Amino acid sequence: MTTAVLLQAFWLVFDPYVLLVILCSAMFGLFVGCIPGLSATMATALLVPITFFMPPVPAIAAIVTATAMAIFSGDIPGALLRIPGTPASAAYTDEAYQMTLKGQAEIALGAGLVFSAIGGLFGTLVMILFSPALAEIALKFSSFEYFWLVVLGLAGAVFIGNASVLKACITLLLGLLIACIGLENPAGMPRFTFGMKELMSGVELIPMMVGMFAVSELLRYITNMDPPHLIAAEKIGNIFSGMWGLLKKYPWPLVRGSALGTVIGIQPGSGADMASWLSYAMSKKFSKEPEKFGTGHVEGIVESGAANNSSLAGAWIPAIVFGIPGDSITAIAIGVLYLKNMNPGPMIFINNPENIYAIFLVFILANIIMVPLGWLTVKIATKILRVQRNILMPIILIFCIVGSFSINNSVWGVTLILFFGLAAFILEENGFPVAPAILGVVLGTMMEENFITSMIKSDGDPWVFFTRPIAMWLAIGTIVILLWPVLTWAYERATRAPVR
Amino acid sequence: MKFNDVFSGMVLMALSLLILLTVKDYPDIPGQNIGPGAFPGLLAALLALCSALLILKGIRTQRHHRWLVWGNWVKSWAHLRNFLITIACIGFYIAASEFLGFLICSTAILSTMFTTLGVRWKWILPLSLIVTLVVHTIFYKLLRVPLPWGILMPIQW
Repeated sequence: MTTAVLLQAFWLVFDPYVLLVILCSAMFGLFVGCIPGLSATMATALLVPITFFMPPVPAIAAIVTATAMAIFSGDIPGALLRIPGTPASAAYTDEAYQMTLKGQAEIALGAGLVFSAIGGLFGTLVMILFSPALAEIALKFSSFEYFWLVVLGLAGAVFIGNASVLKACITLLLGLLIACIGLENPAGMPRFTFGMKELMSGVELIPMMVGMFAVSELLRYITNMDPPHLIAAEKIGNIFSGMWGLLKKYPWPLVRGSALGTVIGIQPGSGADMASWLSYAMSKKFSKEPEKFGTGHVEGIVESGAANNSSLAGAWIPAIVFGIPGDSITAIAIGVLYLKNMNPGPMIFINNPENIYAIFLVFILANIIMVPLGWLTVKIATKILRVQRNILMPIILIFCIVGSFSINNSVWGVTLILFFGLAAFILEENGFPVAPAILGVVLGTMMEENFITSMIKSDGDPWVFFTRPIAMWLAIGTIVILLWPVLTWAYERATRAPVR
Repeated sequence: MKFNDVFSGMVLMALSLLILLTVKDYPDIPGQNIGPGAFPGLLAALLALCSALLILKGIRTQRHHRWLVWGNWVKSWAHLRNFLITIACIGFYIAASEFLGFLICSTAILSTMFTTLGVRWKWILPLSLIVTLVVHTIFYKLLRVPLPWGILMPIQW
């Protein structure tokens, strides 16, 4: 059975069309990641309208490949210009730039590439080993457990790594409320449609994402007043020399970074950015030479470079098994899975196991071809960095417009990107993070369905949410996360009081 | 464009009260004591709570701030102009694409944006035309998206 499924998955992936899609999206991801100001999330948002026209496996392959590449290639402008190409490289940008100034750009970029690939493979291995087992457990879940799982995921998105928890809560609630628009609710009643027939089926996810992640970034570029940066190194030598030595010197940081990255990826709501910040901090804490950090020392790059790529695979575990995205990229990917009638959840392991194995294979393939393609990108990096942004940005705008039009073949999609682009731009200017909103929109329908079903099952008695055994533990976990900020605040107050 | 938290909180509070008012009249699912208003009602109540906290926080920390502080880019005419033109370009596509068609709209938007962002003038028209044709080929020919022809209908290919 398993061999037959594996073989089937193998055929699905090693189809010339799928391989071509993987190659093109790899180049696209490497390019977008390399350009500062265009993030991996934007790469995904721009790809989605095109994947809309593909069968499920190439569609997912395109997203997986493009994001893995973009997260690595975000290291390139970090090392050469001191601007991270994607937020996930920000943690060690200074370090890499210092190395470039010392004439070690090759080592910084080589470490970024090689250890990104190893980290990505590590995360993939964990995903392959654990998701089928988790799916077995998930089969036993009922609406009560799913409700808590969604709340736990959303709580994680809000309470971990946001500067203002309150503002993250607000954007999350706004996202959940947007999911309430339209007919798709347990009662089948049109809600908040303002009499517009376009809103009957709800707000389409793809134009919303293109607006929030591509148009708003475009507006941020247009209004950015920082002076242009200068490229710090013109010639880059062989990036692979010395990598074997680094691998032997830093095996533990590599494993630690990959493991931490995977765990952070699994935790819903926190993705590659957080993985790289936390593992950089951890690397410094456990290092034998912490004083060298910040002066152009490669150890932190090894650890957090591995962490941000391993978190990508980690984020897919809850996405596939429970349908709960681990970060905004998997949120977009889940939207695509739904469009392809490949609804994520434990049943997918029983109904379409070949598709799941195909996703695993794509992850492995993407992390392997990252090495040669990444090497090529580094070779021509100084040329890519000279691509004129004033030519690129209008082209992206046209892609956003056509992409959102193509979902329904109507300008309603374009209206949505304008609205959500402006909304995300204003929210971010005011310190409201937008990622929780997208998680809210993706999970809103699922949360409501499970909430209403559970309430009907229990005859309106909310206590049942706490009395079923698994639900109780999930509830305790959620409440601890929800009360954590209050507890730490109270603890700090209590310990500070005697000093006064 | 930074709003005072007190102001943002008040706008959000108004929104949540409006939602609560709207869902109040939603009927229950027949035979159940719960209806389509329950979930949005719960969310709106939580949003009202968060808004109240935001207002309180704003009063504590930003009492002497103005309601709205414009960002530096608004004070720079070139940046403000670019921002408004970008928005206007999307608006133009929404309003005019049915009538003028994709080819004309896209060329117009690209040329306007290239001019605004200071691309050398001799490149503007050729680039706009090439990009438009490439995008048209990818989406209209390969992906079969029915991009509107508008007034160019007689010469469609």
